Amino acid sequence: MSEAKADSTENATNPLSRRTLVKGLALAPLAAVGLPGCNTPSSGTPESAVAVDGRRYTPAFFNKEEWAFIVAACDRLIPHDEHGPGAVELGVPEFIDRHMQTPYASGEIWYMQGPFLEAPAEFGYQGRLAVRDILRVGLGAVEAHCRTRFDGKTFATLEPAQQEALLKSAESGELQLEGISSRVFFAELLAEVRNGYFSDPVHGGNKGMGSWKMIGYPGMRADYTDWVEVRDKPYPLPPVDLAGRRG
Amino acid sequence: MAVTQPKVDAVIVGMGWTGAIMAKELTDAGLSVVALERGPDRDTQPDFAYPKVVDELEGSVHHRFLQSLSRETLTVRHKAGDTAVPYRQIGSFKPGTGVGGAGSHWSGCHFRALPEDFKLRTTVEQRYGRRFIPAEMTIQDYPITYEDLEPHFDHFEQVCGTSGKAGVLNGVPQQGGNPFEGSRQRDYPLPPNRNYLGAEWFYNAAREVGYHAYPIPASNASAPYVNPYGCQMGPCNFCGFCSDYGCLNYSKASPNVCILPVLRLRRQFVLRTNAQVLRVNLDRARARATGVTYLDAQGREVEQPADLVVLCAFSLYNVHLMLLSGIGKPYDPIANAGTVGRNYSYQNLNRVVMFFGEEVQANGFIGNGGAGTTMDDLNGKQLDNAKAGFVGGGIIWARQPGAGPVRGITVPPGTPGWGSAWKRAIKESFRHSFYYEVQGACMSYRSHYLDLDPTYHDAFGRPLLRMTFDWHENEIKASQFLVGKAVDMCKTLKPRALSGDAKKTGSHYNITQYQSTHTCGGAIMGDDPRTSALNRYLQSWDVANVFAPGANAFPQNNGYNPTGMVGALTYWAAKAIREQYLKAPGALVQA
Repeated sequence: MSEAKADSTENATNPLSRRTLVKGLALAPLAAVGLPGCNTPSSGTPESAVAVDGRRYTPAFFNKEEWAFIVAACDRLIPHDEHGPGAVELGVPEFIDRHMQTPYASGEIWYMQGPFLEAPAEFGYQGRLAVRDILRVGLGAVEAHCRTRFDGKTFATLEPAQQEALLKSAESGELQLEGISSRVFFAELLAEVRNGYFSDPVHGGNKGMGSWKMIGYPGMRADYTDWVEVRDKPYPLPPVDLAGRRG
Repeated sequence: MAVTQPKVDAVIVGMGWTGAIMAKELTDAGLSVVALERGPDRDTQPDFAYPKVVDELEGSVHHRFLQSLSRETLTVRHKAGDTAVPYRQIGSFKPGTGVGGAGSHWSGCHFRALPEDFKLRTTVEQRYGRRFIPAEMTIQDYPITYEDLEPHFDHFEQVCGTSGKAGVLNGVPQQGGNPFEGSRQRDYPLPPNRNYLGAEWFYNAAREVGYHAYPIPASNASAPYVNPYGCQMGPCNFCGFCSDYGCLNYSKASPNVCILPVLRLRRQFVLRTNAQVLRVNLDRARARATGVTYLDAQGREVEQPADLVVLCAFSLYNVHLMLLSGIGKPYDPIANAGTVGRNYSYQNLNRVVMFFGEEVQANGFIGNGGAGTTMDDLNGKQLDNAKAGFVGGGIIWARQPGAGPVRGITVPPGTPGWGSAWKRAIKESFRHSFYYEVQGACMSYRSHYLDLDPTYHDAFGRPLLRMTFDWHENEIKASQFLVGKAVDMCKTLKPRALSGDAKKTGSHYNITQYQSTHTCGGAIMGDDPRTSALNRYLQSWDVANVFAPGANAFPQNNGYNPTGMVGALTYWAAKAIREQYLKAPGALVQA
């Protein structure tokens, strides 16, 4: 696997752009998520990385429209660029779909009892939704906003600049959504995208340890006895993951 | 139908540091002891075993070693009159659960308090006059001295294999240690850990500005070690998974590694896990505890009678149990009467991050929870508080408990939170940045306290604890002063960018951001039963067969991490139980 090395081959003028990729993903039937006609894992383009290990992921938490949103949002939040792999090629949508099915996402470690009062931001999220519901309700509300504002279009079919503007206005809380604070939704979405991008591949994202290679994180080595006092050269070893794979 | 267990000599609530120390000391004295731990049993094998334990998503997002707030939490508000809302997601502080408690997922910083920390009010009044202390500030002297605790500080360091360098040995200053510390009877059991880059450079920065840097005493073993109980520790390998995680390497001191191997073999010691204590049962006069009632693993209410009840839960939950059980009189800030819940305090933590070019190999992923470099030049009596304009001091330190990308990568100010610019910044920052922190003291105030919430309940139907706390002007001034000094140090290292977070004037306590698990006070020790819940032996003034060791006993918090003090206080209380209480059960100090 060498998707991290693929970075240098991709640039903004690549005719097979990310946008084509993401649109392909969003519109593909659920059973065949991945880019049609581009599922050779070792072709060295980011498109191929969608189907890492030759597997195609079928979402079990998100429906088709939600999945298209998640894929498009992942691509905006952590795009493929000259710095390294993007969230989509590292399988972050798969991570999020799987993560939403864990006890964590259904509120296992949060206090979920009412009453649910409005409180200043210093007191954190005080609503009654668990993580998975914040995502589901939030993205539904953004889709509803898109349909009204952009003539029936879904988020995934907007131009990248429009998607970016929407995400920015959600981040700042300016975007007015039905039933949920756009700021809360965005913060949880971004946290999940980052979790998927950086967590061990065992959880479904960070395929091939792509993000760890990008930042120079040795992953789960967990023994630096020999390098505590080394100052004059970078840490030499690539990452390992929980399954023992070497990067 | 309630089940009643056979009566024992002592029941201990909670199996973290204080519970393990008490269980060891009381079984040493021949007592039969039942320990009730609300969480599961935990040990290095299999719970902290590599590689499973180093999964960042499990440790730092799912918080597998912290308490689930779905079962127990507290509510928080900034001032009386506000409506408190629940601490719904882990943020500001991280109580543990399970055997080992917060003592299994702590970092390892292991300080002794300074002699003047024990006599804070007296020291401040003598140096600056009574009027220097704001009227609403309720700081008190400890009812004991540094000299009282010195043997127990020493013993706890021996138990933990603490790695450090003495600064004052039997009154004689030692090169390389903290010249301002209280005198010690012997050096640390192990030498300091090796320095990662940030810790090494701290010495340079401190020299530039004239401070006396020394190694942070760390209960992360720098060499193979066998403690006085025969428990073995291995040298820390800087794995980078300390805070939030159990130690995979038998290197970080914990109840699990340093005490439980002995306890588990003792016949007169019974450990019941998944045993949620609901209340301490008192006699009709509320003068004597008869035992505790807990929910067992299958949800049955079980009564455990005992002659002695030792509350060894996390500091906040010791106070909670006292309030729920009617031990002592709840504090009323308006009448300024009552003691349980009084003098809640916290820790004034602030961070300054330095960003360097790619030639600087900071390697934040290399981590050792407690080890690093610090200095006491702005702490205790070294600081001229009149000039600085606030009460209390603090320390500045280099710490590197281990960074990983799920735990977050700090980027220079002004960087967007996503997109290509963010990617570029994390790539540039991850291995080439490190931070220094200010850990400031936190005073206690008449308006900062703990009581029971009138609205919210836990999973067992009990009212939640309610915290009323905010940053007082005194702590905001301290933050600005100390962060300013830290920034001066950082600048000598010539970073390409710096981000600092001194508290802004008028800013409020934010429960969403992790700051420190050093929640202190609420059931404090003192000489006067009108202003303290516990006497000098951590015994309840009101119910003489209840002891409550923990950070809940601190009248206010100093600039250090509390664990060294908590362990020493627990050994101090255990000694009083063994040598005085058992001979003549009753109040050890006459009210």
